[in-house]
Amino acid sequence: MGVAVTTPDLESAPRRPGPLRVALLPYALISPSLLVIAGILAFPLGMLVWLSLQHYGLRELIQHSGDWVGLGNYQAILADPLFRQVVVRSLLFTFACVGLTIALSTLIALLLLKVRQAVRVIVMSALVFVWATPVIVTVDIWQWMFDYEFGVINYLLTQLHLGNFIHHNWFDSPIQGWSVFVVVVVWGAIPFVTITLFAGLLQVPADVVDSAKVDGAGPLQTFRFVTAPMLKPIFLIVTCLSTIWDFGVFTQIYVMLNQRPSSDYFTIAIYSYRESFGVTQYGLGAAIAVVLVVILIFVTLFYVRETVRVAEIG
Amino acid sequence: MIAPGTAQGVRVGAARSAAQAGLRINVGQRVKQLLYDVVGLAVAAVMLFPIYWMIATAFKPGRDILSLTPKWIPNPITLENFQYAVQRPYFVDDVRNSLVIVGSMLVIGLAVAFLAAVGTARFGFKGRTGYLVMIIGVQMVPLNALIIPVYLMLDSVGQTDALPGVVAVYLAVVLPFMIWTLRGFVANIPPELEEAAMIDGCTRVGAAVRITFPLVGPGLVATAIFGFIQAWNEYIVAYVLLSSPNNQTLTVWLASFTTNHGPEWGPLMAAATLTGLPVVALFLVLQRYLAGGLTAGAVKG
Repeated sequence: MGVAVTTPDLESAPRRPGPLRVALLPYALISPSLLVIAGILAFPLGMLVWLSLQHYGLRELIQHSGDWVGLGNYQAILADPLFRQVVVRSLLFTFACVGLTIALSTLIALLLLKVRQAVRVIVMSALVFVWATPVIVTVDIWQWMFDYEFGVINYLLTQLHLGNFIHHNWFDSPIQGWSVFVVVVVWGAIPFVTITLFAGLLQVPADVVDSAKVDGAGPLQTFRFVTAPMLKPIFLIVTCLSTIWDFGVFTQIYVMLNQRPSSDYFTIAIYSYRESFGVTQYGLGAAIAVVLVVILIFVTLFYVRETVRVAEIG
Repeated sequence: MIAPGTAQGVRVGAARSAAQAGLRINVGQRVKQLLYDVVGLAVAAVMLFPIYWMIATAFKPGRDILSLTPKWIPNPITLENFQYAVQRPYFVDDVRNSLVIVGSMLVIGLAVAFLAAVGTARFGFKGRTGYLVMIIGVQMVPLNALIIPVYLMLDSVGQTDALPGVVAVYLAVVLPFMIWTLRGFVANIPPELEEAAMIDGCTRVGAAVRITFPLVGPGLVATAIFGFIQAWNEYIVAYVLLSSPNNQTLTVWLASFTTNHGPEWGPLMAAATLTGLPVVALFLVLQRYLAGGLTAGAVKG
């Protein structure tokens, strides 16, 4: 380190930067990143809104220009009973997934505080393994485990006398099919949320918890009134992130149903994809995507505000 | 012999019952501890089982996979699923594509992110807070929603079935996180080091390149691994943008195992194992950095 600091001969006559150059330097430093984000995130976002106001089908795709229809696409999707169904279903699915993820992860994180060191290492390693496995790989695994013919889950449930699950197709009934997706998504989400919550729990000072116990608080009360409030920023962050991820879910359902999901299994993201790339109605697909973004913006605003407050920028 | 009524007798009796009570608490605690440990192990088993089942299936011969009574431990073990998987068309092409995409994205991304990290960690300037808020905010933009305009944009310049388009999209997705993480690493290096170098005759840029850059090494490694994992695992963008099989990535290639008769489970599990392997390996390296990064400043006032 010391060697690196003393290198005067490399720049024998440093030019003194003028005040204007110093003032512009930070802008020069952030400009490449601004360019990338503006070009590949902000511009497409604007284009998405613009597209949603156009009729943009196959003919327009070839001509590279759409026909202005104003709010026509929005009127069309709002009048579409399937779209309303899809939104309601996506919301219910998100509530179920986020609720279960947070509840189970909190329980596991609290359990990690209680188990002996060796068990903690084992559980943490298991969580890290699941976290690291690509989503697409986990989807293939669950598809195999829920296979109607040779799937291990049908076998286990039958062996446990929970009913006759031989040759049971989980995706025949939407309720069961969606339950499968809840399992897949929650299982995949638990590691990140648990590890984050556990790391937060470790930072809760032990003396505060001890003094609550001395004052006569039971374990539930200690959690409710001492631990949970201190973890509030972390709960906020993981809840918001989970909401964003689960509400925009695509891969799990799309791949598990062999890339041909029936309309019973549409989420907003799948519906938008279908309208644009399936039936080449890019305008309609864009309008659906805008609805998805608008709903998520409310969640995001909340998250950004909290994150800014926690990180104490500037 | 100690008579029960005497003072000595009372004392001994009290000591004995206290010892028994202590023993009871001790046993109770042990049972509780055992219970916690057993539940903990059960959680680990449930979480890990799907991964185990993938690996176990990958090593089983076909007749053991398609059997109504599953074999819990693969016996005999075979490598034929792996051989079959890697000999499938486009495996080598798609491994190469994945590596090229991830590699170019990382080189460009780390350079751009490092500049932005130095800019925001070392300088106060007008619009800095706005820039940082934007960096957090854009991470929330759902990629699924942007796929339509991105596709149309790339289509109008004839780049839909080409790797650069995918690199650009991944770059935009990973960049905000890279900047945010690297900024933390740069901020942790005392500015005095750079000032010393400048007194010794370095320019401001020279100091950043010669002093700051080598010191953020661990940060660059952690950020690079994170970017690798994100890009390696991505599916939707690659699936939509890359249409010819020899231009696709590994995650899209995995879908080619699903024929009209349903997936070929053995080879699919072998291929999934191969796809996941580099990521899990890298993740285990990254974990150390991540545990600190996630929690740093998380519980604050």
